[in-house]
Amino acid sequence: MTIHLEDMQVIYQHPESLLNVNTHYCPGCTHGVAHRLVAEVIDEMNLRNDCIGVASVGCSVFAYNYFDFDFIQSPHGRAPAMATGVKRVHPDKVVLTYQGDGDMISIGTAEITHAAARGENITVIFINNANYGMTGGQMAPTTLPGQKTTSSPKGRDVEQAGYPIRASEMLATLDGAGYIARRSLHDPKNIRLAKKAIRTAFETQVRGLGFSMVELLSICPTNWHLNPAASTRWLEENMLPYYPLGDYKVHPALKDLKF
Amino acid sequence: MQNETLIAGFGGQGVLFAGKVLAHAALELGLEVTWFPSYGPEMRGGTANCTVIFSDEEIGSPQVLNPTSIIVMNQPSLDKYETMVRKDGYLVVDTSMTNREVERKDIHTVCLPATQIAEELGDKRLTNIVLLGALIHASNYFGQAELENALKKSLEGKNTELVAMNIIALQRGFEYNN
Amino acid sequence: MTRELWKGNEAIAEAAVRAGLQAYFGYPITPQTEALEYLSWRLPELGRAFLQAESELGAINMVYGAACAGARTMTTTSSPGTSLMMEGLSYIAGTEVPMVLVDVVRGGPGLGNIAPAQGDYNQIVHGGGHGDYHPIVLAPASIQETIDTIYGVFDIADKYRTIGIIMVDGSIGQMMEPVTLPPMKEVRKNWPAWAASATEGKRERNVLTSIYLDPKQEEITNLRLMKTWQQIEKNEVRYKEYFMDDAKFAVVGFGSAGRVALSAVRAARAEGIPVGLFRPISLSPFPKEQIFELSQKLQGLFVVEMNSGMMLDDVMLASQGRIPVEFYGRMGGVMPFPDEILREIRLLHANGWKSEGHPRERWLAKLETIIKEEQ
Repeated sequence: MTIHLEDMQVIYQHPESLLNVNTHYCPGCTHGVAHRLVAEVIDEMNLRNDCIGVASVGCSVFAYNYFDFDFIQSPHGRAPAMATGVKRVHPDKVVLTYQGDGDMISIGTAEITHAAARGENITVIFINNANYGMTGGQMAPTTLPGQKTTSSPKGRDVEQAGYPIRASEMLATLDGAGYIARRSLHDPKNIRLAKKAIRTAFETQVRGLGFSMVELLSICPTNWHLNPAASTRWLEENMLPYYPLGDYKVHPALKDLKF
Repeated sequence: MQNETLIAGFGGQGVLFAGKVLAHAALELGLEVTWFPSYGPEMRGGTANCTVIFSDEEIGSPQVLNPTSIIVMNQPSLDKYETMVRKDGYLVVDTSMTNREVERKDIHTVCLPATQIAEELGDKRLTNIVLLGALIHASNYFGQAELENALKKSLEGKNTELVAMNIIALQRGFEYNN
Repeated sequence: MTRELWKGNEAIAEAAVRAGLQAYFGYPITPQTEALEYLSWRLPELGRAFLQAESELGAINMVYGAACAGARTMTTTSSPGTSLMMEGLSYIAGTEVPMVLVDVVRGGPGLGNIAPAQGDYNQIVHGGGHGDYHPIVLAPASIQETIDTIYGVFDIADKYRTIGIIMVDGSIGQMMEPVTLPPMKEVRKNWPAWAASATEGKRERNVLTSIYLDPKQEEITNLRLMKTWQQIEKNEVRYKEYFMDDAKFAVVGFGSAGRVALSAVRAARAEGIPVGLFRPISLSPFPKEQIFELSQKLQGLFVVEMNSGMMLDDVMLASQGRIPVEFYGRMGGVMPFPDEILREIRLLHANGWKSEGHPRERWLAKLETIIKEEQ
């Protein structure tokens, strides 16, 4: 049987919004998956030429080396403030931040909270992997009770270090939030659901419905000292019970959205 | 030529506004002017003061240790500022609000019951303008018409009745020593 | 041209508007709040961006974002707020984007007070943020000069893609003076070629960052910053001289201390004392060549500041020990009266100059007595 190229249909290819380069992320890390989902959504919505991204400080500090559109790099935690500055100057453009848990809900708690409260019309991709990855696995505001990190070597002691923050639940209480959802990247089904949520978040921004954020539960095999398969199991068994998946805020105008 | 006027009283007595009228009068004459307020929490309830300097050349310091004239609107201000008036300068005192005579003999002193005069006009808030009228009459910094114009300028956008009341208050201040 | 009475903080705001300010982000703090309040209605009225941020950290990073996005942008604050903004200023310097900051300095350290002071000199002029960078710092002394300086500083910041800081104090912010406002410039219609304004499919993408992980690349960036700084040092020095033609010695003071000194110098001249005033307007770049020239022809330099002698150090460096330097300062929000400076001028004229010891030591030795006598 002869296969003619012209008879073939493209069903999967490298997203245009993602540069075809090797990343610096560790083997097995789900940042790559998250990047790809964001890029696919931006391609599908044909937003690449109108996109301005804001990278944060953490493992995704070099996100601008992978996404193929205008990008700026923020101080630790301040990405939502920088994104606010960009969006207020270019209200007709699409502005996103890509932030980790230490960046967004520890040092940047004020900036993210007030961006959400203002209904700042930006989209935030929030990577929750329960530790500070870039600096080598210290305790993050999302580190689970009892979880061992390099700065909680006997496991997070809530008596001494307090409790984790559930960012999605917290930000969903704010009237300015248009769409807040938590998804997970630990298996194909959940990855597909994550992409839908990311799409909804960008649809929220394009429609001018306010602040949108998708929290993505992610694995960090290197700092968790587990192989990728064991990491996904650890996420499923430990993070899902503490950080339930779901939609925490959905603007009424988004409810009938189909894509 | 440089003249410095310090106006001192309680917050709410119109210290800053009286200074503004003076600044407008100097501006109309094409002079250099600075209007320098005490600012911040002490403006609300505590003591307030403001210094207005006008000159025919670039003004240096916006505040001076010994102003050429001082208007005191209460007892604490009289106690604090009597010694500060420059020799041969002017001290204007609201005697409705103070309980002693001015001691210095080397300055021009203008004493008048300004609050009482303002109350007779129907509004205690006109006290500052009565005092300003008295100072300008004694010092001759400006003519009465010039000050009236400045007053109108400072009250731009306010209702005509209020403007008219202020003009009358100014006249009362001017006439007091006549 | 009509002259109108304007309050300093509002004049700062309107001058920026007329210079084409497109986006302002700020946070309330006395004694600069009137600038924020003014812009809260003025910018929306013109269809431009105004936002009250959640903190000075938020404000400076919003400005950072707007600057990266290509807008003419500014914030205003006062000393404690400036401390918080230092993080952003370092990043902005490292990213080489233009912006303007107005610091209406108040008494410190700590919460201090809201009175006029110049204690931010070191944190602003010598950079409170981390890393090697120099902002342009201009210190006008009157409201008109502040207006003219702000009106021009946006262009300078754009030209060098750098930070332009206007350092005034609470007295400039709070007082009123007659001014003539400059004409309204049109706002920018085309975004700068380097800006992250979205490609719109018309150009290659722009990336703006301050991270250079390879020290050699970071050093190249530093070198570029320093080369730009050399140009700024060459082109942007500003100062004003009074009574200097026949002066035998000079007072050196900036901003409000400079104008208080002007009153003292005038009074001294009336007494026949041959003193002049050199008032630096650009604190960074510092007029060091001019100070050096003065050190070759004068008997001495008398530095007056509303701090503990922060510019004094720069004057001493610039005069290279060629002539005696004397210092008088008030701190913590105390504004000197001209009489104090006149007293010191008379003493210098009558007793001559000392060269042993440090001027700061000599000043500290007498300040305690002065403070006690005033109480």
